[in-house]
Amino acid sequence: MNSDQARSAVLALLAEIAPEADLDLMDPGADLRTEIDLDSMDFLNLVEGLAQSTGVDIPEADYGRARSLDGLVAYLTDGGK
Amino acid sequence: MGEFLMPSLGADMTEGTLVEWLVRPGDEVRHGDVVAVVDTVKSAIEVEVFESGRVDELLVEPGACVPVGTALAVIAASGEPTPAKAPAKTKPSKPRVSPVVRHLAHELGVDLAEVSGTGAEGAITRADLTRTPGPQHVSASPLARRRAADLGVDLTGVNGSGPNGAITVADVEAAGGKAAGGKAAGGKAAGATPVPAPVGGPVVSPAPASMRTAIGALMARSKREIPHYYLQTTVDVSAAMTWLEQLNADRPATRRVLPAALLLKAAATAVRSVPDVNGFFVDGAFQRSDHVHLGVAVSLRGGGLVAPAIHDADQLTVEDLMAALKDLVTRARAGRLRGSEMADPTITVTNLGDQGAELVHGVIYPPQVALVGLGRIVDRPWAVDRMLTVRPVVTATLAADHRVTDGHLGGLYLAAVAAALQNPEEL
Repeated sequence: MNSDQARSAVLALLAEIAPEADLDLMDPGADLRTEIDLDSMDFLNLVEGLAQSTGVDIPEADYGRARSLDGLVAYLTDGGK
Repeated sequence: MGEFLMPSLGADMTEGTLVEWLVRPGDEVRHGDVVAVVDTVKSAIEVEVFESGRVDELLVEPGACVPVGTALAVIAASGEPTPAKAPAKTKPSKPRVSPVVRHLAHELGVDLAEVSGTGAEGAITRADLTRTPGPQHVSASPLARRRAADLGVDLTGVNGSGPNGAITVADVEAAGGKAAGGKAAGGKAAGATPVPAPVGGPVVSPAPASMRTAIGALMARSKREIPHYYLQTTVDVSAAMTWLEQLNADRPATRRVLPAALLLKAAATAVRSVPDVNGFFVDGAFQRSDHVHLGVAVSLRGGGLVAPAIHDADQLTVEDLMAALKDLVTRARAGRLRGSEMADPTITVTNLGDQGAELVHGVIYPPQVALVGLGRIVDRPWAVDRMLTVRPVVTATLAADHRVTDGHLGGLYLAAVAAALQNPEEL
């Protein structure tokens, strides 16, 4: 998966999970939990959605690397390596 | 023969708007069937019927706002003969149509002969028209409903892209924007009223004034009537967190369990040790509940909160509780809660989650008698065997009703919560 595909997969899910957030104004390096107010259930829904749409199921141990938009894109692009 | 009444969906509800009937005269219904959608100031709620029988007559039309306790429909017990003048049997050959509805039908291009009326004596209502070609049930999140109201978008004409076809804010804005921007040139903008879309800026609207008023009224009543006392204790959750980590390590995301589920289970289980925190204070007396229907405060995106119940939470495994919580949060935010969930929590938990504050002193939801607060899990210095170490801890609080318990019993309850979290495998 290239980074554009990864980015659009993440953004599509965020638009569903946080419909009121303006994703264009979001700082791509910031922790999504504070940036667009995701709680742990929202984040789990995001991880679940990504597993479904990209096939990459981010394990809990790797959540630390996947907290921002950029972090998620990098993680998905590398296939979780 | 029984009447189906506008239910009380929480102590703060005095009236509700019937949004939609999901049954028609003549339909057989069974205990627990969802028969209508009612809008309260907080959320659209799917309302169940609690007797079995046949729908005889619908007394209230969609769109009507009526007080709690108003008869909405007549339900005949199974086998009971239908009265001669029941609308189901004596449907007029020509449907009754008000001039307003006739005009709307003309506008929408709906053939009235093909519409079956759900109003009094089979009369065709506005809702019958808008429902005719479209989906039976308009499901939308509270935020989407507010946005639709802001933009003047009729939700019945919007296609939902959310879970189970629920309408999201993006759908509403697409419909509003389409109408305003004229992108759907030539095409009918699916019932959307052309209203200029706002330019730029994130769409974060506070909870509508009506929801704030309702929450404020209930909390003021709580503070006025209930002599609260407050306790807090800090709980080492390292055993619980380690156990969860191992449980989740080789599980796909769909089967992972959040700390919240474990905390809620501990709060529910601890009720067995101190049952006097679980029940209702009604007419000057405490009625202890035999069931633990755990109210869970769910904050809605865009503001406000609801506190629906997970039924018999103490009987569920941690996995089942997690599934129930996930389902409840999803439906709360999509505006698809059930009446029974709103009506009967016996004790409520507010869990601040991993972005919240460390400590909350709760306000009890009347007529309940206790509210449990669980703060954010944080790493803190902690003394173990006279040695200082770092442990994940959570501050658990109890706000309870002095008319029913005192600090001693309340303290025992919090101790039971703490103890339950030391043996997560037994939860």
